[in-house]
Amino acid sequence: MSGSDVTRDGVRGARPGRDAVTGGRAGRRGRRGGRGERPVVPEAEFGSYYGLPVISKPPWEPLDIAGYLYLGGLAGASSLLAAGARLTGRPGLAAPARTAAAGAISLSLAALVHDLGRPARFLYMLRVCKPTSPMSVGSWLLAAYAPLTLTAAATAVAGRYRLLGAAATAGAAVLGPAVATYTAVLLSDTAVPSWHEGHRELPFVFAGSAAGAAAGLALAVAPAGQAGPARRLAVLGTALELGAFHTMKRRMGLAARPFGQGRAGLLVRAAELLSAGGAVLSLCSARDRRLAVAAGAALLAGSAALRFGVFDAGVVSAEDPVYTVLPQRERLEARGSRP
Amino acid sequence: MTEGADRGGNALYGPQPDVSGAAGYPDAPPRVGFFTDTSVCIGCKACEVACKEWNAIPEDGLELTGMSYDNTRGLGADTWRHVAFVEQSGPSGGPEVTGDVDVFAAASRLGTAAEPAGPVPLVSPDGRTELRWLMSSDVCKHCTHAGCLDVCPTGSLFRTEFGTVVVQQDICNGCGYCVPACPYGVIGRREGDGRVWKCTLCYDRLGVGLEPACAKSCPTDSIQFGPLDELRERARERVARLHAAGVTDARLYGESPEDGVGGAGAFFLLLDEPEVYGLPPDPQVTTRDLPAMWRHAAAAAVTLAALVLGSCARRKR
Ligand code: SF4
Ligand code: SF4
Repeated sequence: MSGSDVTRDGVRGARPGRDAVTGGRAGRRGRRGGRGERPVVPEAEFGSYYGLPVISKPPWEPLDIAGYLYLGGLAGASSLLAAGARLTGRPGLAAPARTAAAGAISLSLAALVHDLGRPARFLYMLRVCKPTSPMSVGSWLLAAYAPLTLTAAATAVAGRYRLLGAAATAGAAVLGPAVATYTAVLLSDTAVPSWHEGHRELPFVFAGSAAGAAAGLALAVAPAGQAGPARRLAVLGTALELGAFHTMKRRMGLAARPFGQGRAGLLVRAAELLSAGGAVLSLCSARDRRLAVAAGAALLAGSAALRFGVFDAGVVSAEDPVYTVLPQRERLEARGSRP
Repeated sequence: MTEGADRGGNALYGPQPDVSGAAGYPDAPPRVGFFTDTSVCIGCKACEVACKEWNAIPEDGLELTGMSYDNTRGLGADTWRHVAFVEQSGPSGGPEVTGDVDVFAAASRLGTAAEPAGPVPLVSPDGRTELRWLMSSDVCKHCTHAGCLDVCPTGSLFRTEFGTVVVQQDICNGCGYCVPACPYGVIGRREGDGRVWKCTLCYDRLGVGLEPACAKSCPTDSIQFGPLDELRERARERVARLHAAGVTDARLYGESPEDGVGGAGAFFLLLDEPEVYGLPPDPQVTTRDLPAMWRHAAAAAVTLAALVLGSCARRKR
């Protein structure tokens, strides 16, 4: 650290973009007075300890964890699509969906292990089974789901053990939706404002986004004659994603703000445009392969952007004390009590 | 009445009179904790140092933050006690703050103008107020309903027989989930180690009948250790005394079993709003909403299944 200068206008260099304001009243004054650099959240009035965060931000790498969320969604919804396609006699659609599920879940496990640092550490997760820990529930879910998905893919490639393959496909389809949505609980069950406040709608956002991703991948690879379900799923999934996301932001209050600002805001905006664009494209892709590939790519990218955007917004909301303090202060005042 | 009120229940929030009992210790000693009375803290940092020494916590960088005498910033993997220094333009228990104080202008006048004889008035004749320092030694709250403990997937965070919350270092896998789950931002992942660390309330010392190192070293008894019930009693008396003496800003923080974490095992007497000290005004254990979260996730999963099967059900195209 280069040190900081104490000047007439406050402390420089302690935390960029901050006045060293303390105290409920001092904070308010400092924010309105227009001294120093522009505060990150201009009109908010609250006290804080030198603008330092109140809660800790998650110590996770975005690529590992947002990637894990995205791949889990893609895998879960793909398993379902594979089972549906198989049931309705569309082998050309079932095959890519099945492969996508196996590939995505393997990669997502790799991301998880990379986040933990050592493979053996994943085994610690299976020491206990705790319903109060979404991560514990998720570990057990993956421990059951991943082998089923891999079995389904392996038997299909081998072209043998059809009965085992059918059972594995069905099993993966039963667990798939849970794999796609539990990750929303994983994020929400934290003190991170922009994750916790959305706990009602986030599972639906993730479900819709997972459907979009699975539909996108299938759309890009499956023969057009069998891709009908993927086209319909692209539209339905995107509608669910965008609708739930809109509702979530409306209900979140201040914690919704990070979804509209900075990098998280860009990612979320991109996700909305890509998903909506992909869904529209998919509708007219029945006769044009190139359109189908473009639609698929847009849907996949949209789903990824959404996960990274949600992850980023959470980190932003954890780093700025306004998102922790202000809603809690209002809640307290609404209850009419003092701590 | 909340779910937590039934004794020994596996409640997710609310009052829990028998914390150790609910965690499976039938004959547990009384629950212990800290009462940190910040009105007598002198900011000497003896607690920070004693904690580091006793627990052999590695050095976490020698930095000058430049924001105050607080060069530690906050709690984390390598800081289990943290002394906050709040510089304020408002006298203790005194009137509202009115306008900016230019400390530099005030300092430049020092020694030049004739000093007033007798006690310095808290509010100067031109309406300006004096500066005051608030100091407070922060620590893990050892919550009755601890978010960190609830979300830990490995069971490495556990409830001790004393009702405190401790990490078992040989089992922690460094998933880091407890870090954002703590509503107070206490627990942290250590660089280069991968595992998380936080205050153990000196579990090793408790086991042999010693008080925690920080409380032992505190020269003003700002940090008091003991059975939680007794501490709560003592704290209420102290607040009443301070109020009687005109310090109307004095308040307890975290002592009520009715609060969002079911009452903290380490609570505080503060002289201003909690957020001024970097504490959340109304923390809630995140697990409180967990049943609703699982319900919504289940509904979303069913919706997803319906969408996919619905998409497949149409005629072949
Ligand atoms: S303060 Fe945080 S780390 Fe300490 S017990 Fe409570 S939730 Fe856990
Ligand atoms: S980092 Fe360690 S203590 Fe924290 S939740 Fe994960 S396993 Fe439990």
